[in-house]
Amino acid sequence: MMNGEKLVFSVFIIYNEISVWGLYMEKALEIRNITKRFGEVVANHDVSMDVRRGEILSVLGENGSGKTTLMNMIAGIYYPDSGQILVNGQEVSIRSPGDAYALGIGMIHQHFKLVDVFTAAENIVLGLHEKGRQDMKTVTEKIREICDRYGFDITPEQKVYDMTVSQKQTLEIVKVLYRGADILILDEPTAVLTPQETEKLFGVMREMKRDGKAVVIITHKLHEVLSVSDRVAILRKGEYVDTVETADATELSLTEMMVGKKVELNIDRPEPKDPIKRLEVSHVSCVNKEGVTVLDDVSFDVYGGEILGIAGISGSGQKELLEAIAGLQLVSPASKITYYQPDKEDTPENLVGKNPRKIKEMGISLSFVPEDRLGMGLVGSMGMTDNMMLKSYETGRSIFTERKAPRELAENIMNELAVVTPGINTPVRRLSGGNVQKVLVGREIAASPTVLMTAYAVRGLDIGTSYTIYHLLNEQKEKGVAVIYVGEDLDVLVELCDRILVLCGGQVSGIVDGRSTTKEEVGLLMTKRGDKQ
Amino acid sequence: MNAQNKTKDMNHAGEPLLRMAKRDGVSLKKKIFIRAAAILLALIIDALFIVMVTDLNPIKIYGTMFIANFGNKLKIMWMIRDLVTLLIVGVALAPAFKMRFWNVGGEGQILMGGLATAFCMIKFGNSMPSWLLIIVMLVTSVLCGALWAFIPAFFKAKWGTNETLFTLMMNYAATSIVACATNIFRGDAPMFTIINMGSKAGWFPMIFGARYTINVIVVVIFTILMYIYLKYTKHGYEIAVVGESENTARYAGIDVKKVMMRTMAISGAICGLSGMLIVAGKDQIISTGSADGRGFTAIIVAWLAKFNTFYMALISLLLVFLQRGADEIASAYGLNDYAADIISGVILFCILGSEFFINYKLIFRGGKAND
Repeated sequence: MMNGEKLVFSVFIIYNEISVWGLYMEKALEIRNITKRFGEVVANHDVSMDVRRGEILSVLGENGSGKTTLMNMIAGIYYPDSGQILVNGQEVSIRSPGDAYALGIGMIHQHFKLVDVFTAAENIVLGLHEKGRQDMKTVTEKIREICDRYGFDITPEQKVYDMTVSQKQTLEIVKVLYRGADILILDEPTAVLTPQETEKLFGVMREMKRDGKAVVIITHKLHEVLSVSDRVAILRKGEYVDTVETADATELSLTEMMVGKKVELNIDRPEPKDPIKRLEVSHVSCVNKEGVTVLDDVSFDVYGGEILGIAGISGSGQKELLEAIAGLQLVSPASKITYYQPDKEDTPENLVGKNPRKIKEMGISLSFVPEDRLGMGLVGSMGMTDNMMLKSYETGRSIFTERKAPRELAENIMNELAVVTPGINTPVRRLSGGNVQKVLVGREIAASPTVLMTAYAVRGLDIGTSYTIYHLLNEQKEKGVAVIYVGEDLDVLVELCDRILVLCGGQVSGIVDGRSTTKEEVGLLMTKRGDKQ
Repeated sequence: MNAQNKTKDMNHAGEPLLRMAKRDGVSLKKKIFIRAAAILLALIIDALFIVMVTDLNPIKIYGTMFIANFGNKLKIMWMIRDLVTLLIVGVALAPAFKMRFWNVGGEGQILMGGLATAFCMIKFGNSMPSWLLIIVMLVTSVLCGALWAFIPAFFKAKWGTNETLFTLMMNYAATSIVACATNIFRGDAPMFTIINMGSKAGWFPMIFGARYTINVIVVVIFTILMYIYLKYTKHGYEIAVVGESENTARYAGIDVKKVMMRTMAISGAICGLSGMLIVAGKDQIISTGSADGRGFTAIIVAWLAKFNTFYMALISLLLVFLQRGADEIASAYGLNDYAADIISGVILFCILGSEFFINYKLIFRGGKAND
């Protein structure tokens, strides 16, 4: 009996293997000479690549290299200016996401497209145009089947607002599987996940591959590429570089192809020199507009001459914490944020209840590089000069603004940080992400701060610009500035920061030493609520 | 330009017929060309319309429209009078709209300013020397207009009310107040007539043969002042930042609520002033129709000019030209008012539509992407 079962099982496996092999060389998707422009910007130029059935293909490239644009053309969100797309060897025209679904192409976007107040099942059937009455029972049944097969931990009746980020992403995956997609595109799926959740997602992707599906993952994290994919297609500045077998690739070889030149992968970390306490954050709590507690009794100290990293899954309270210190966020009455001015350490000042202008008037030089660069840190429609004025325009008694000093500052920043712009009066919105960030960081550093807070300072930046930013932060640290670095890339956090504070659900779940900790330790803390419940 | 021609032999069967792509950095020459083409197109469409519907000679109709505005010295002066009346309201609305505060209450603010002026003329016409009367008129009209705009701004700042609905409602309140006040002013008379017909108290003096010369001077001064205010002052900078992003403004330490209330008070004050110009310099009477929709038309003026007050003058000229032209052809050829409005409407439509082609380009099936 046992033997018979084993035999059937092995035949099944062999059959599966053969069918997978049979499919292996078949191209599920082929892209030929695709070009896409946005105004003057060439997002993709003459890109050709293919995806096979039963493989995981990584599309690797720095931010702005055109990965997402390329995939959006396959998913029917953009239409290429020229070039062809072939699905199963047939040339197709994908004019809308509906067309893409009909061809079995499903994309899981970086930003979830879900309705919060609907259940999982309702979200899945949303937008399906099936004739007749929708029988939720069969829908639910089919969803259960998919979930069981891949071991997904969501139930069809669960409301989206009750889901964790990882569950929402799972739901997005179920959604495309439900629609029968056999070509799946995942756009930076791991950006919002903890290392543990990432591992789980990779498990699911391998399962899909075994099912003969073609899986494409967009990422710029090298270790993920190496651990999950079979082949890697590399894009650089909108152009296709090459496709290589993952087995033959190393982190260094991929980086070289991605960046186009050899780069130093190590980040400097000078020893802090006589750290002095600059900020003392104690018992800071805050509730957002929806009545959710976003910061829960947060306490820590910040020292001059060190970089304090803040890690956490996005939305764990990082934004509110920095805004509270900058005077942009209302905090509960028990909160205290004490600032120690250099040479006046014995007369500390409380920053709670003061707005940014009051803080400035107290003679405190607090610089803040917010997460939303064009929505908070800069004015997109203004040029560099006018953006320099943002923090200094009200100085002096004249009713008129003074533009000479800001213009000189803008020119200095443009030259020193090599900002690529047609001119200092070109609206900063037209600059690339990296150059926008250089303008913002440049201005904040030019104010010679005693405390410098940065939120996701290198998000979306290419490796070269990222290193420029790390270097600038280290320079500030060596000058004795207290630097707070909110980051999402754990590799960078453990290499750059002297201490790392980990937030989880608005609470401090741990403060670890950057030199002795590991990525795994920080990753675990990111999902562990603090002791105070 | 023709680098893409190589791909011309591609199969375009599945491509959408028409696509849009954003373009930036259009050269001045091209902009002028697109706008000129728009006007030409409008004239051609109008010509077809005129020939088909009215059987008149389109060239003659266009000639009449031109003569209605530039025919003789008097017509030019009237055209200028109408132009400045519209322009001053545009100038008043510019700071509010630049701050992205939807002040659709210009109408009410003008009426309140005008009403204050009329009230002073009637009440103090016989008891004050004219210089003092004009100062009192000025102060009260400016205050009334400012108050009418400040109220919605205050409510928005304090309780986050919707400014579009609020300012719109304030228009109806103002219209009713004016209707009520004119009934009181007329007393037992059968109708409310020109104020201080005999004494001319509170009327602007005649300069260069026209009572509205002061209007022109005041509007020119305010057009220049507002340009400077928006472009070179700290207040103007704050308005620009708040309009772009309230978060950025808070980040920069700008008191958003204060800027909002202050800017709206300024916007309303100038609207109130325009009410005074209309009553004292132009009509010498107040009625519910005194603002004549300028509070709304001026929104088009302000937006189209992207808040540059000098462009506003050009756009006011265009709108006034079309309005006066349409009125003239309606009466000269016995045309229906609607026919005249269609003719001017087509011109306006084409000019507004040309802005689309300046910001976007169209790509037809199989067309070159970078043309």
